[in-house]
Amino acid sequence: MASFLLRRILIALLSIIGASIVLYAVLALAPGDVFGELVSNPGIPPDVIANMREKLGLDQPIHIRYVNWAMAMLQGDWGYSLVNRVDVGQLIVQRIPATLMVVGTAQILALAIALPVGVLAAMRPYSLFDQIASTLAFIGFSLPTFFTGLLFILLFSITLDWLPFIYRSDLEQTGGAWIWAQLRQSIMPVTVLALFQAASWTRYVRSSVLEVIKLDYVVTARSKGLPERVVILKHVLRNALIPVVTMVALELPVIFGGAIVTEQIFRVPGIGSLLISSIMANDTPVIMAVTFVFACLVILFNLIADLLYRWLDPRIKLQ
Amino acid sequence: MSVGPAAEPAAPTTWQRFRQHRMALVGTVVLGLLLTVVLLGPLIWSVPIDTIDFRARLALPSAAHPLGTDDLGQDLLARLLYGGRVSLAVGLCAMLVAVVIGTLIGAIAGMSRGPLDAFLMWVTDLFLALPTLPLLLLIIYLFRDALTGLVGPEVGVFVLIIAVVGGLRWMPVARLVRAQFLTIREREFVEAARALGASRLRQVVQHILPNALGPVIVVGTISVAEAIIAESTLSFLGLGFPPDTPTWGRILFDAKDFLSIAPHWALFPGLAIFLTVLSINFIGDGLRDALDPRKVR
Repeated sequence: MASFLLRRILIALLSIIGASIVLYAVLALAPGDVFGELVSNPGIPPDVIANMREKLGLDQPIHIRYVNWAMAMLQGDWGYSLVNRVDVGQLIVQRIPATLMVVGTAQILALAIALPVGVLAAMRPYSLFDQIASTLAFIGFSLPTFFTGLLFILLFSITLDWLPFIYRSDLEQTGGAWIWAQLRQSIMPVTVLALFQAASWTRYVRSSVLEVIKLDYVVTARSKGLPERVVILKHVLRNALIPVVTMVALELPVIFGGAIVTEQIFRVPGIGSLLISSIMANDTPVIMAVTFVFACLVILFNLIADLLYRWLDPRIKLQ
Repeated sequence: MSVGPAAEPAAPTTWQRFRQHRMALVGTVVLGLLLTVVLLGPLIWSVPIDTIDFRARLALPSAAHPLGTDDLGQDLLARLLYGGRVSLAVGLCAMLVAVVIGTLIGAIAGMSRGPLDAFLMWVTDLFLALPTLPLLLLIIYLFRDALTGLVGPEVGVFVLIIAVVGGLRWMPVARLVRAQFLTIREREFVEAARALGASRLRQVVQHILPNALGPVIVVGTISVAEAIIAESTLSFLGLGFPPDTPTWGRILFDAKDFLSIAPHWALFPGLAIFLTVLSINFIGDGLRDALDPRKVR
C-alpha cells in the first residue's frame, strides 16, 4: 500500500508539473507584452523598460523563465493582483472555501440522488420507474447549468420569492439565523450543480449495476437466501461502484467548469467568479494562478479517486 | 447509416437497430426541424437582427415579434435564427477538429507500440486532467485580441472557439481509436492485407480505420452537443462572441439581467440550446445502441 501511495503521489506531482508547463506555454505563446501599457506610454524611456525586463528576467530564454516562475510558485510567491492590490495567494485562500463548499455539497447531494435512483432503475430494467429515471437523466444532463440556474432564479426568487438569488459571504445574522440564511442562499447554487451531476451519474450507476447484477456470484448470494437488500448493498454495490468512481474522476474537470458558471450566476465569491472577474479586469497574475489552482484541484481529486478505487477493488495492482 | 465498406452486411441492421430506439428517432426529427428552421427560417422571416426599435422595447411575444424583443427592441426570432446558425456551426466544426485530432493521435498511438504510444497516452491523460473551462477562458483571454485584429472580431472568435473547444475535446476520441486499433490490427483480415504486401498507410486507411469508426461516430455525435454547450457557456460568461453576434449563449448573457421583467428573452434561447443538445444526446444514444453489437436491449 505504501509503495502504491508513493507511486500515485509521484504521478500526481508529474501531472501538476505537466499542467503547469501547458499553462506556462499558453501564456508564453500568447501575443502581446506584459509591458504593453508601459511601452506605449511616451513618458517612460525605453532603456528604463529594458532595465525592468532584465530585472524581472524577461530577456532570458523560455525554459529558464519557466523554471524561475515555477520556483516562485513553489515558494508561495504567486504574484500580486494588480486590481485587488493584494497577494494572489491570499486572494485565492480567501475564495477557495466557498468553491469547495458549493462543489462538495453538490457532489454529496448528487451521489445521494444518483446512487438510489440508479440502483433502483437497474433492479427493474425497462420498468416504468427505469424509463422515467432514464428520461429525466437525459433531460438533466442536456440542460446546461447556466440555463437551469436562470430557470431556478426565475422560479424560486422572482416568481415565488422563496430564496435569495445573490450569495453573500458577509451575512449579518449570527447563530441559528446565520445557519438558516446560509442554507437558504446555498440551496440554488448547490442544487443546480448537483442535478446536472446526478443526471449523468445515475446513468453510470444504472449501467454498472446492470452489468454486475447478472453475474454468477450475485445469483449464488440470492440462492443462499440472503435478503435482496443485503445482496444489493453488500454484494452488488461494492463491485458496481468501482467503474463509477473512475467515471466520477474523469468528470472532475466538467464539475469544476460547472462551478464557475454557477458561481457567476449566483455571485458566489469563490475562485470561479474570481477567475471571471479577473479576466474582465485583465488581471493576468490572478488568471494564471486560479487556472493553476483549478488544475491542481482536479489532479488532487483524481488522486483521491485513485485511492478510493484501490480501496474498493483490491484486485487492482499498479505495475 | 453506412459505416464504411467493411460494414456492408451490417448496414441495414444498424439502421433497424437505430429505428428501435424511439427517443433517438424523436431526436432526429426534432434536430432535423431545428436545422431546417435555422437554415431556411431567415428566408421567410426576413426581419433584420439589429433593427433598434425603442417603442417595442422588451415586448412580449406578439404578431409583429413572435418571440418578443430585447432591451433595444431587436426582434428575438431573427436573432435566434441567426444565432442558431452560429451555434450549430461551432458545434459541428469543433466536433470535426476534435475527431480529426483524436483519430490522428489515436491511430499513431495504436499503430506504434512502445515509447511513442506511451508518450501519446501520457499526453492524452494529462489533457484529460486539465480543467477545460478555466483553460478555455485563459486561452480566449490571451489570444482573442490578436486574432480579432488579424481577421476581424466575428471570424477571429469563431476560429478561436472552434480550435480551442475542439482542441480540448479530442482525448476521448484518441483513447477510443487507439483501443480499436489495438484489437483490429491483430485481426485476420488485416493480417491478410499485411501478407499481401499492403503498406502501413493502406492497412490503416483501407482496413483498420473504417472498422474503427463506429464508436467514433457515437463520441463525435455527443461531442457536437458538448461543443454547443461549451460555446454557449463561453458566450454566457461574456467571453465568447461579441455582442453583435447573437449566439444563443450570448442572448442568454444579455437577457440574464432582465429576468424579472422580460423572462421570455432568456427562455427562448435557453430552450433552443436545451432542445438541440437533448436531441443530439438522444441520437448519440441511439447510435450507440445501433453501432455496438455487444449491447443487447
